[in-house]
Amino acid sequence: MMSKNNLALGQKFSVLIVDDDKIIRRIHKMLLTKFEFESHAVENGKEAVDLYISGKNFDLILMDMEMAVMDGPKATRELRSMGINNVIVGVTSRGSTSEKQAFTEAGLDYCVEKPLSSETITSLLKELAKKY
Amino acid sequence: MEVNQLQRTFLEYTAALFREGFLDSQFTQLYQLQDESNPKFVVEVVSLFFDDSERLINDLTRALDEPIVDFKKIDAHVHQLKGSSSSIGAHRVKNSCLPFRDFCEAQNTDGCLRCLQQVKQEYLLIKNKLEDLFQLEKQIVAAGGSTNLVEWML
Repeated sequence: MMSKNNLALGQKFSVLIVDDDKIIRRIHKMLLTKFEFESHAVENGKEAVDLYISGKNFDLILMDMEMAVMDGPKATRELRSMGINNVIVGVTSRGSTSEKQAFTEAGLDYCVEKPLSSETITSLLKELAKKY
Repeated sequence: MEVNQLQRTFLEYTAALFREGFLDSQFTQLYQLQDESNPKFVVEVVSLFFDDSERLINDLTRALDEPIVDFKKIDAHVHQLKGSSSSIGAHRVKNSCLPFRDFCEAQNTDGCLRCLQQVKQEYLLIKNKLEDLFQLEKQIVAAGGSTNLVEWML
């Protein structure tokens, strides 16, 4: 069953989904809605960075690794260099440990496999509750 | 056909798809996300998968027909197909992408062509089976049956 922990804590967390795959964007948006997150989706890292430059802010960023225009590691580095300290979770289907390691070193808080599951969202919720 | 019989047929058909490896648990997750406010969520997402897959398979066919094969481009397409098939639980399509990527890395055109045939075959199989499944679901709804089928699949 879906959890409503974030409402019990008295706040709605906001999530930015950054992924070039429209199926993943649709599924993750739906999953996050079930957990009563507010979510916004963009197609690549540059759109994510531009949102932050425009003054938008999110509690959690779900960042895909491989995207055209600007990939996940580059976008993560840019956001961190801008002083953005929101939770950034890398979401990848790539199996290579070294690629995941490189992505994590770009500034991620965690790296998980896609597609996300309810269990993963529940764990992330707990981490967000600790941080905020 | 009576509703209970339709629902039993749906369950048996779905169970067979899981047993034969066509679908995995991610497909069940999609049904868990579907509710009264988004009653067609699964059909919508699977339709996106059909559109995506057909585009990617056409792109792969064209790319492998080029006089000089761009294996990096082909690998990118296969990676996308692996991702989208994994997202909807199309297990055998996803698995057919794995050796494909190995042949891309080895820059083996013949191997890639064989893999493309396999991918096409698996895609057409799951497409037909899911279309049959959704047709059955429509019949259940038309007969006044429940659309909340997840609890049966768990």
